[in-house]
Amino acid sequence: MRALRVVVVTVVVVFLLAPLVVIAVGSVNVNRYLNFPPEGFSLSWYAQLFTDSGWRTSIRYSVTIAGISAALAVLVATPLAYVLRSYRIRLAPLLYTLGILPFMLPPIISALGMQVFWLSTGHVGRIENVIIAHAIFFSTLPLVTISLAMETMDQALPEAARTLGADQRTTFRTITLPLLVPSMVTGYAAAFVLSLNEYIIAFLVAGFTVETLPVKIVNGLRYGFTPTIAAVAVVFIVIAATTFTLFAIFGNLMRFLGADPAILEKNEAA
Amino acid sequence: MNANEKPSSRTLGVLAFPVGMLVVFFLIPFGIMVATSFYHRDPGAFYTPAFEFANWERLFQPVFLERALFSIGICLLAGAVCIAIAFPFTYFLTRMRRRPHVALLIVVLSALSLSEVIVAFSWYILLGRASGISNILVWLGIMNESAAYQPSFAAVLLGLCYIAFPYCILTLYPQLTRLDPEITEAAQTLGASPWRTFWTVVVPIARPIIVAGFLLVFVFTLGSYIIAFFLGRPEHWTLSVFIADQASANANVPFASTMAIFLTVLSLVVVGLVGLIESRTRRLT
Amino acid sequence: MSRRPEDVRGGLRLEGLVKRFVDVTAVAGVDLELPPGKLISFLGPSGCGKTTMLRMIAGLERPTEGRIFLDDQDITDRPAYTRDIGMVFQSLALFPHLNVAGNIGYGLRIRGAEKDRIAARVGELLDLVSLEGLGDRRIQQLSGGQRQRVATARALALEPRLFLLDEPLSALDANLREQLQVELRLLQQQLGITTIIVTHDQREAMTMSDLVVVMNAGRIEQVGPPLDVYRRPGSPFVAGFIGRTNLLQGEATGDGSIVVAGRPFDVAGSADAAGDVTISVRPEAAQLVSDGAPDRNALSGTVVFVRDLGELFECFVDCGLEEHVIVAGSPRDWVPVQQGAEVAVRFPADACVVVTS
Repeated sequence: MRALRVVVVTVVVVFLLAPLVVIAVGSVNVNRYLNFPPEGFSLSWYAQLFTDSGWRTSIRYSVTIAGISAALAVLVATPLAYVLRSYRIRLAPLLYTLGILPFMLPPIISALGMQVFWLSTGHVGRIENVIIAHAIFFSTLPLVTISLAMETMDQALPEAARTLGADQRTTFRTITLPLLVPSMVTGYAAAFVLSLNEYIIAFLVAGFTVETLPVKIVNGLRYGFTPTIAAVAVVFIVIAATTFTLFAIFGNLMRFLGADPAILEKNEAA
Repeated sequence: MNANEKPSSRTLGVLAFPVGMLVVFFLIPFGIMVATSFYHRDPGAFYTPAFEFANWERLFQPVFLERALFSIGICLLAGAVCIAIAFPFTYFLTRMRRRPHVALLIVVLSALSLSEVIVAFSWYILLGRASGISNILVWLGIMNESAAYQPSFAAVLLGLCYIAFPYCILTLYPQLTRLDPEITEAAQTLGASPWRTFWTVVVPIARPIIVAGFLLVFVFTLGSYIIAFFLGRPEHWTLSVFIADQASANANVPFASTMAIFLTVLSLVVVGLVGLIESRTRRLT
Repeated sequence: MSRRPEDVRGGLRLEGLVKRFVDVTAVAGVDLELPPGKLISFLGPSGCGKTTMLRMIAGLERPTEGRIFLDDQDITDRPAYTRDIGMVFQSLALFPHLNVAGNIGYGLRIRGAEKDRIAARVGELLDLVSLEGLGDRRIQQLSGGQRQRVATARALALEPRLFLLDEPLSALDANLREQLQVELRLLQQQLGITTIIVTHDQREAMTMSDLVVVMNAGRIEQVGPPLDVYRRPGSPFVAGFIGRTNLLQGEATGDGSIVVAGRPFDVAGSADAAGDVTISVRPEAAQLVSDGAPDRNALSGTVVFVRDLGELFECFVDCGLEEHVIVAGSPRDWVPVQQGAEVAVRFPADACVVVTS
């Protein structure tokens, strides 16, 4: 059994890391083509990310879209999560389902839906289209995180505020909202990252006029591999890995992912 | 505020914005898509509003049904493969000491942070003739000449498994960490080796989440586009690729709409199943 | 299912057992030989290493140093599933996916026994633990006491040589706990199986055991029958941990006499070595004396507090020592005194035990 454990874990780790290694190697390879063994070391492709205007524009588009659509997603999700969890509303399950439906369904459905929508309004190929499409598609993420935070919030806190004389609006503004900020931030971050990486919606909705990073990468791949693409990927990976490592050091990564602290201790002692 | 109170109309007004956004930018587009599925496709141009069943009839022809079944099949297979490997992996993970445990979590989360595009193109390279795994094997002297493993069915399957794998692990993780280690120790004191303990105690207890994980991977891979597009030939394409293909390259939006609705129904049924299973899940404690 | 004397197996011997974890040494060197067929308690405060010892005996932890022998066979390197043991865990660890019969029959099923034999044995065990007819129940439907019994039956199903229990009753409420203590004891006597119970509750250990192993900070403080350990504690720790006691600090002059707070004391046993000594006297052995203090084995003081509990009384007397002297007894030993009264407390010589630190 011990041997099996080592085998399974090794296979999985190699499997998960393989693409990361390829990309890392490809991004510093001197040649345009990825050959093995690699022929030289060069950081020129990273430089190109910042000098080439095509890449700079794409980065700008992607970050703009991600930044605004994630904010919009949180704006949509917060009132929905708050009201649905604070009051008894008959249609609550239905409304919640409506909120998570876009993300639960395959993205192509939202993509196509948005495409025909904008086509029918004649408002085509604009960056706002992508922003709104992403906002709706990813609104599920803050909706889930904020709903969870509402559920686990100590109800005694807003009640205490009420007994101290705060009305509904004030209670929300001064007590509930600050308590919801962590979950809103988590929802924002998740929507932001996923929006940066999202392809099919961005492509179908405005792919020819607004070339986001993923769209540019895919277009580029049709014409052959460029190490600059690899450089983009490495940047993404480094940011993600750093974020998670920081989280692991300063926070409790295992608990964040759902582990039970009491049982974790039992396992650690073994 | 009290969770049992009925809301004032002012509070309901707050709901207007989010619900309005969802209705206007999700339900209405979906409705338009339904309508479009009945539209008439003009050759050469876009499409004109009409009400005909041509697209729906085309949907149920063997050619398309074959594609649909292939799509479903490869996604089910991806689900099975993912779970078969992710389950023991996550089980071992939850039993590890803190340092290797956290390190592995970071590896999994880093893989998760890769977009589908990046994943597709790195496997494209890894499995390619010019510069991938086969090259390494040739260099090591194990193989004589390099070969391309993509585009192929296996490549698509591999790619699908890769993007679904981290999600699968993270879905299994919370429940598996709640499995009391004393339960497996008890099985050992009763004479069961670690192997038998795994099959007679751990797997039966975790059965509901294994099924849920399998179905989750299935739905998730159904939605994948880039992987199948890059790593497979047209005969390996999934439904999502066909829909996108029809919508863009072929400019046959009505038919694309028809397929999209079919995919929606399929997904809803599966998601409903997952919900049913999760509501009946026995707690692992 | 009682055992005949010649069947008794399960003699356990521990030699030089040490267990070190990354930042703590849980067991710091233990040598122990336990007789077969008896109920033995490992008693001590939390963190003393008793559970770690039990787990090493079970095979769930590997000793850092030392050997474990069962009936003279070295089992130190054997994994848990090859040892002939049955164990009840603190959390009971019942399998949630199996019903009562499934849990109890699990060990037999693993061994490949036939269905009939399993069913028959499960029936026997259900009778043994007074759960007749409950084989079909799901674990979730059982009460705390019933679950305890299922865990017991499951552990005994394969007739193991050692029966190990890790704080088995700690999750139950007081009444149920006392009832089950008696049941477990009777069961053990009926089966004659070597049983080790880990507990931090000294009353539990006193109630059930043939032998008590008192542990502290990874070492054994004292081994002996409960009453011995109680009456003749070997150290201040044991004296203080088991029941309550009065610890009197005195000085031995080296020629056999001892002085406490300036008064001469006779003790049980001898005190040859000169130096500081600690004397342990149980509260129920101490006596209140109202008419003048005897010249030996007595201290005078002021009554600080009286607690009359009806069936027994406790009197706290300030004799000028670090802690108040406690005198306890039944109503017929009661000498009527009130708070503030001047009294003397007599400590009979045979109840004064010198405990070395």
